[in-house]
Amino acid sequence: MAMEKRVRFRSWWLPYALIAPQMAVTLVFFFWPAGQALYQSLFIENAFGGDLQFVGLDNFRELFNDVHYLASFKVTALFSAAVAGLGLAISLLLAVFADRAVRGAAVYKTLLIWPYAVAPAIAAVLWMFLLNPTLGIVSWWLTRAGIEWNYVLNGGQAMLLIITAAVWKQVSYNFLFFLAGLQSIPKSLLEAAAIDGAGPARRFATIVFPLLSPTTFFLLVVNVTYAFIETFAIVDAATSGGPGQATEILVYKLYKDGFKGLDLGGSAAQSVVMIVILVTLTVVQFRYIERKVQY
Amino acid sequence: MSQCLSALRRVAVAAALFGFAASAQAVVEIQFWHAMTGANNDRINDFAKKFNESQKDYKVNAVFKGSYPEAMAAAIAAYRAGSAPAILQVFEVGTATMMSAKGAIKPVHQVMADAGEKFDPKIYVPAVAGYYTNTKGQMLSFPFNSSTTVFYYNMDAFEKAGLDPNRAPATWPEVMAAAAKIKAAGASTCSFTTGWQSWVQLESFSAWHNTAFATKENGFAGNDPKLVFNGPLQVKHIGNMQEWAKKGYFTYAGRKNEPEAKFFSGECAMLTSSSAAYGTIKQNAKFKFMVAPLPYYADVAGAPQNTIIGGASLWVMGGKSKDEYKAVARFLTFLSDPERQALWHQTTGYLPITLAAYELTRKSGFYEKNPGTDVSVKQMIVKTTDKSRGVRLGNFVQIRDIIDEELEGVWAGKKTAKEGLDAAVARGNEQIAKFAKTAKE
Repeated sequence: MAMEKRVRFRSWWLPYALIAPQMAVTLVFFFWPAGQALYQSLFIENAFGGDLQFVGLDNFRELFNDVHYLASFKVTALFSAAVAGLGLAISLLLAVFADRAVRGAAVYKTLLIWPYAVAPAIAAVLWMFLLNPTLGIVSWWLTRAGIEWNYVLNGGQAMLLIITAAVWKQVSYNFLFFLAGLQSIPKSLLEAAAIDGAGPARRFATIVFPLLSPTTFFLLVVNVTYAFIETFAIVDAATSGGPGQATEILVYKLYKDGFKGLDLGGSAAQSVVMIVILVTLTVVQFRYIERKVQY
Repeated sequence: MSQCLSALRRVAVAAALFGFAASAQAVVEIQFWHAMTGANNDRINDFAKKFNESQKDYKVNAVFKGSYPEAMAAAIAAYRAGSAPAILQVFEVGTATMMSAKGAIKPVHQVMADAGEKFDPKIYVPAVAGYYTNTKGQMLSFPFNSSTTVFYYNMDAFEKAGLDPNRAPATWPEVMAAAAKIKAAGASTCSFTTGWQSWVQLESFSAWHNTAFATKENGFAGNDPKLVFNGPLQVKHIGNMQEWAKKGYFTYAGRKNEPEAKFFSGECAMLTSSSAAYGTIKQNAKFKFMVAPLPYYADVAGAPQNTIIGGASLWVMGGKSKDEYKAVARFLTFLSDPERQALWHQTTGYLPITLAAYELTRKSGFYEKNPGTDVSVKQMIVKTTDKSRGVRLGNFVQIRDIIDEELEGVWAGKKTAKEGLDAAVARGNEQIAKFAKTAKE
């Protein structure tokens, strides 16, 4: 009784017409700017335009000869790993507890989702108020506890600040997906395992976590992209890349060189490099990690 | 729309020719993009409003466009799209970029001459106007809000530490002797901090000691200078500051104006920063404070010379119509009015940009009533030298960032003063070379 599940269109043009708006948006807002960046990365020009000089791959050569650009890779790698790792771990933990909560679950869930509504720059400012060396209440406690807290001078502390703000903001989003994932795990499986004598930890490790893997994988891709790109506002509002270059992640350096420094060719080259990195990371994630995912 | 407008204008001209009321003439509207926030934003809006009310031919629209770099980036994008504002406020570090943007800008002296507006560059304070003047003595942009580097101290904390609150430390060794006393007496948790470290502790510091910051007259005489702020004097000073940081006399609190908060909160007893911080400090400080000249090293010949300006100037963008330029010229003349300038100077803490405004303020007794407000002016009203006129560099925004990064390395004890400054010079020179490639003179 094999049944045709797919819907077939009678007219040849209708499917194209239906995806046309999406394609138009993608072309205009994604492919066109990316193409522009690629084009501009081969030139240098005066900020006001009008004297485009072709320089071939000079912009890229300059980038990879710049030790500070290379240092920014390390900062970005550390930051992204910390944000994605901590973000996923904390939200999974919270989701597991929320899933088990009996009373007040709705309140608990709602409160956990709240931070997602906060704009990244605001998140950074909120954390800055807590941790600001002059005004912050937390820094006041830390100072009283004998810890010298001054993230404008201490790179490690600055990194800690932006990681905290970035993770805090992303936890809600991850939490929502994890919770939905947990709720879609058939209760019968868990009950069967419980009857067979598996404790909560064992059940989590052998049933919940593997069945959750599509969600985890999806979130990993989203979180890495988030850490790479969307955390810009957090860095801009909290540390501006400092002290030194301790928190200068790639996307912030790109902005700084392009918009403040008005070096259009150089920052276009940086955005091309970032596109390549993100595409590579996503491909790697899909090819190698996805194989371990059980749908 | 524009067709309709020009048709209207034609009718209006015809009407005027036939002796009808001139009020039928179309109003020429121009955009003025700026980066002033808070009270200063209100003052700019007030300038525009008063100008618009003072005559019927022109209308200035003052628009806030974000921070200095944001306003500049917005104007560049607008220029490339063919819709630049007529007037743009640009911070001093953007000066070299604007100067090299031939065609994108129209020099102020030319705007004034073409419009037949009376314009005498000599009425402007030399140390201020000089920054925006080319080697031929022509003013390229209109000085608007300029500040300079001064020293603030908490008189109450001085008293507590057993120091004479009426005598400001004049030299750096005196500052540090005071810092040691303040720390020993526990008069405040932090003795000394500085805002705008690159501007105050290196750029202005060098000019104050009549020592070069970069070759080619600090970049005034060509767009390919070499940075030289890793000389013995600067290395000694930055080295001293590192030492003071180690001893806990100097607390680093940020690259921009964040340290000012540490001063007016009472946490730090001494501060070097912009003279334009005066208003904020006065508003927030719950203690007696005083403004004094920037400290110097007495053993350096020629010190103190003069400090250099920060702040911004107004640039006129290219590609506008004759009528629009007339509107711009009229507005700039309006802004130069001594009374208006004097008020701007007195209420904001920015320097008076015309000599007349300074005289007017002095005669009104303002300086006696507000002790310390004339410090910045006195630091500036001297004849400048090739080494003290200012610093004008391509890619200056990046160079300041580089200096900030390297100094932070020094304060954190990761590098010696010499290593930090050498690295900043080498990295800064790369930026200048890069700029020279896109900006041919």
